[in-house]
Amino acid sequence: MESSRRNFMKIGGACALGLGALPIVKAYAKNEKPQVAPDSKALVATKWAMVIDMKKCWEKGKPGCKDCLLACHSVHNVPEIKTIKEEIKWIWNEQYEHVFPGQENHFLPEEIRQKPFIVLCNHCTNPPCVRVCPTKATFKRKDGITMMDYHRCIGCRYCMAGCPYGARSFNFRDPRPYIQTELNMTYPTRERGVVEKCSFCDERLAVGLLPACVEACKCGALCFGDIEDPNSEVRKLLASRFTIRRKPELGTQPSVYYIV
Amino acid sequence: MKIYNAKPILIGLAIFIGLATFPLWFNMGKAAPPPDPKLDTPVIQRMAVKQCIMPKDQMRTEHMQLLNDWRTEVVRNNNRIYTASDGKQYNMSLQNECMNCHSNKSQFCDQCHIYAGLQADATPYCWTCHIAPKENK
Repeated sequence: MESSRRNFMKIGGACALGLGALPIVKAYAKNEKPQVAPDSKALVATKWAMVIDMKKCWEKGKPGCKDCLLACHSVHNVPEIKTIKEEIKWIWNEQYEHVFPGQENHFLPEEIRQKPFIVLCNHCTNPPCVRVCPTKATFKRKDGITMMDYHRCIGCRYCMAGCPYGARSFNFRDPRPYIQTELNMTYPTRERGVVEKCSFCDERLAVGLLPACVEACKCGALCFGDIEDPNSEVRKLLASRFTIRRKPELGTQPSVYYIV
Repeated sequence: MKIYNAKPILIGLAIFIGLATFPLWFNMGKAAPPPDPKLDTPVIQRMAVKQCIMPKDQMRTEHMQLLNDWRTEVVRNNNRIYTASDGKQYNMSLQNECMNCHSNKSQFCDQCHIYAGLQADATPYCWTCHIAPKENK
């Protein structure tokens, strides 16, 4: 084909015009999107956090009280599988030496050494589980909750290896036959081959309810709120009492604080 | 024209055609009944205007896309309320909203899914996690 400088300029001009028209075409082509919005009753926060007052739990709670554990596991249809390898836990009891390894000073009070601590997902500010997840099935929400999208989990268990707190459990088998509590028909179960964990009750926050464990505790040992709000209960506790977090040396910045 | 070894070739050909068309003549006259999704649940019968969140034809072809979008909005963006084109608001939940009206999974969902060759609990694998409503069978 014969080509001249003049033709080249013409084609170039036409192309530039076409590119320039693209935003206009896009603006016209955009159709009305159906409206989606959060529930007006939803509890919102800049960053959710929890303060667990173990002193209160031990002193005010009846011995062996498991109200928070049972509430969580029945609300979320968590199965009860007895073997350590296959057990599923969202919130559970653990000994001091396992909760705060590296802080086992000599001659600690008997109470601290023996009594059960409440542990759950720490909803870290810098979560290793999110960093290692190859499918982005676990991700960080804007309000600080480390969420799981079970639809997307492929069961590779990288997150379990990444989590320094053992807060994640893998469904080695179909969990449904192992659900001991009455099935909560408004919440799904999980299936074989996905990892699950505490979600700070995102489904309850979305309709204006506090997490199930916080609501179930009769002695008010669990305090939940917005850590960025200076007037929140959580902030008042943090300002007035000495708190510790699990494995701070790892730099994960947990959002669960303990008063011991 | 002469075919060499005509006898075995023709016999073999006949057997081959017979085997290859086996599914056709074996299933002749045994057409699967067309799906018949039922809408006669108590909740739907009580409704004054029997209208799903989108027109029927659109729901039929696009419900999978809608469910997928709802999943993303709820899990990822924490948006749980859907405003339909007629202004009605819905809780974006398969288990708590869709199945509230369509409480007859085996008479509704399964009808087409099985007809289309999807296994009842494998694809779409909604019900390995989501709990289907109890049906009185």
